[in-house]
Amino acid sequence: MELDPLILSRIQFAFVVSFHAIFPVFTIGLAAFIAVLEGLAYKTENPVWVKLSAFWTKVFAVVFGMGVVSGIVMSFQFGTNWSNFAQASANFLGPILSYEVITAFFLEAAFLGVLLFGRQKVPPGLHLFAAIMVATGTFISSFWILSANSWMQTPAGYELREGVIHVVSWSDAIFNPSFPYRFLHMALASFLTGGFVVAGVSAWYLLRGREVEANRKALSMCLWLLLFIAPAQAVVGDFHGLNTLEHQPMKVAAMEGNWETSRDVPLLLFALPDQINQINRFEIGIPSLASMILTHEWDGEVPGLNEVPQDEQPPVALVFWSFRIMVGLGLLMIAFAVTGLLLRAGGRLWRNTWYLQGLRFMSIAPFIAVLTGWFVTETGRAPWLIYGVMTHAEGLTPSLTGGMALFTLIGYIVVYGLVFSAGIYYLMRVLYVGLEDRDEGEHEAERPARPLSAAHVPFEIGDDENETANTATQGGH
Amino acid sequence: MELFDLPLIWAFIIGFGIIMYVLMDGFDLGVGILFPFAPNEEARDTMMNTVAPIWDGNETWLVLGGAGLLAAFPLVYSIFLPALYLGVFLLLAGLIFRGVAFEFRFKARTSRYLWNWAFAGGSTLASFAQGAVVGAYIQGFETENGVYVGSALDWLTPFTVLTGLGMLAGYALLGSTWLILKTEGRLQAWAYRITLPLLAGVLVVFAIISVWTPFVDDLVRNRWFSNLSVIWLLPMLTLLCAWQIFRSVRNRSEGMPFVATMGLFITTYLGLVVSRWPYVVPPDYTLWEAASAYESQLFLLLGLLFVIPIVLVYTAWTYWVFRGKVRAGEGYH
Repeated sequence: MELDPLILSRIQFAFVVSFHAIFPVFTIGLAAFIAVLEGLAYKTENPVWVKLSAFWTKVFAVVFGMGVVSGIVMSFQFGTNWSNFAQASANFLGPILSYEVITAFFLEAAFLGVLLFGRQKVPPGLHLFAAIMVATGTFISSFWILSANSWMQTPAGYELREGVIHVVSWSDAIFNPSFPYRFLHMALASFLTGGFVVAGVSAWYLLRGREVEANRKALSMCLWLLLFIAPAQAVVGDFHGLNTLEHQPMKVAAMEGNWETSRDVPLLLFALPDQINQINRFEIGIPSLASMILTHEWDGEVPGLNEVPQDEQPPVALVFWSFRIMVGLGLLMIAFAVTGLLLRAGGRLWRNTWYLQGLRFMSIAPFIAVLTGWFVTETGRAPWLIYGVMTHAEGLTPSLTGGMALFTLIGYIVVYGLVFSAGIYYLMRVLYVGLEDRDEGEHEAERPARPLSAAHVPFEIGDDENETANTATQGGH
Repeated sequence: MELFDLPLIWAFIIGFGIIMYVLMDGFDLGVGILFPFAPNEEARDTMMNTVAPIWDGNETWLVLGGAGLLAAFPLVYSIFLPALYLGVFLLLAGLIFRGVAFEFRFKARTSRYLWNWAFAGGSTLASFAQGAVVGAYIQGFETENGVYVGSALDWLTPFTVLTGLGMLAGYALLGSTWLILKTEGRLQAWAYRITLPLLAGVLVVFAIISVWTPFVDDLVRNRWFSNLSVIWLLPMLTLLCAWQIFRSVRNRSEGMPFVATMGLFITTYLGLVVSRWPYVVPPDYTLWEAASAYESQLFLLLGLLFVIPIVLVYTAWTYWVFRGKVRAGEGYH
């Protein structure tokens, strides 16, 4: 059997991007949270804020580290597997990605060193400044990368000369039609991710009675934040959907599982799309609701997949189900945010074990929502690499063989698998040890004092006997 | 109207970015290469701490190199990367392992040796791959109509293996002179001891590469033995730097060995650039033929002129924050 470099490259890119994306989406929200904590610590001199900031900075360091190393791969992927695409789009994508490096990556990297290692080396004001710069850097980075991605979805401000993109208006290209929606949607997703992770971890500590004062503060802050942004995300998502309907109707048709252009289209809650026969099986839907949501009229016309030949349709089942998982999780997030308010009003927030348990599990929800959302938007534009301009097949590296693509695909899976397992495992250890001050002196007496990295938690379980005793029993230290 | 020769300006900028990367990530990769040979575990802790707060910023220059190349010379980007496909993978895999080792090693107890290997192995692999890329660049690439048409392993030849080894020795030298600057006591004494053998290794590899290169490529041969005698100034300067390293190590100078090693890299690099100028994709394409659109080069240049000075200022500031000797057992917080 002949190995297909196109399929393998697409799998490889999807794998590398999916793996990478979950880290920045978390660190953007977390960096902002840390900057706020540092600000509160600077202003009030209440040690609780320092304690919270120091703890979440440890978590940040691990996640950011994995984001950086997986991100370096990204800047070379266009060239290795998609060199035709790189050459055709370089006039736009090159400057945009370079701007990301010089305005964001350097800022993050330089000030991260100061944030992690500099608390004793620089005055408190500069340390706070470093925290703000790291948070700003993560934000600037998402601005550029979403501009680049949005342009590939809704290209604008360019003209084609001999198959090569030439930018005629930088403002039209950077602020392309889908950019504002995508950027807002992603920014809110980052805050939702940071918020739900911090809330879930804090809830878990509260259930075990650990560092009650600090963790209540953290949880309370997150719940206020989530109360506003979870519903806001639904609104932004709706606007984004309308924008997609205007510019990428086939993506919306796949999201809705709508095979034929028609009016009074139902909102499908469940269906098994059958792309070969171009129909759905086992449909359950609410009449006319899709028309209402998409066109804001009960009998509005919704485009169907039959407007393009079958080989130009996106993979319908994947898009359809990814979309439903994302929206379902979004609704669940809103429910949790609102329930938090109700419990708070009744003064039962800290006592409701069910709710705190639920929050624990909700900390992975935003990651799944982000990944499924990304599947919707990326596979939904198939077969286009640059929508309406260049297909995946046209963008592929001509000299790439199936064997090479397979070799590196397996390579990345192995490398990332090892790194990811170690990272997740270590993160669990950091969370397990928690915010409590540990008795360093006793522990370090046995050996020459170890210099510290950002997080000071042993890698293996059971290496540190007094650790469990130290963490499990105490509330306030 | 094309007022300026933008591709030429961009060649200087990319060239500056590359040498910044080589000098800055070079010494922290060098620390990784020397890692297995360190006198003891405590020395390894200190070695790692000399670079922990800054390595991430150093490596960002590589990302800038990738993105900048795509922006200014897309033809180079879209020929080099497919041609060096497997080498690039090895480079990236090496950088991933060494990058995460910074985070995990200090907390590992029983599994620490694994992270030592990840750091040392990753640094060595990445350094070797970078040297092989330089060799492949000297060798040239098989292209048709702006597209790479060679096969997956064309880059891997005895010559590129040698340049890979040369880069390993060179980075190790940068690493050892960096350690002389940043450490004291037993570790510094060790760094002093290994520096001269490393220098000898570097000079031997450089000598072989210098004799070999004219046989690899006609263009280089003609350039070297043309009437352009000023070109011989660069090897002279290189030797002068080597002499300076030798002397300053003998005199137990702390800063000069590192500075002179950087000088060695800069002169060698200039020698390479002069030998190949103006071909960026040898043997077929010059920098003007590989350039992106004028308006794209201009758009990025305007931003760069504002932002890069600021980047340099705060990068220098972080080096200032973490200045001075790194002592065993000294934590950063």
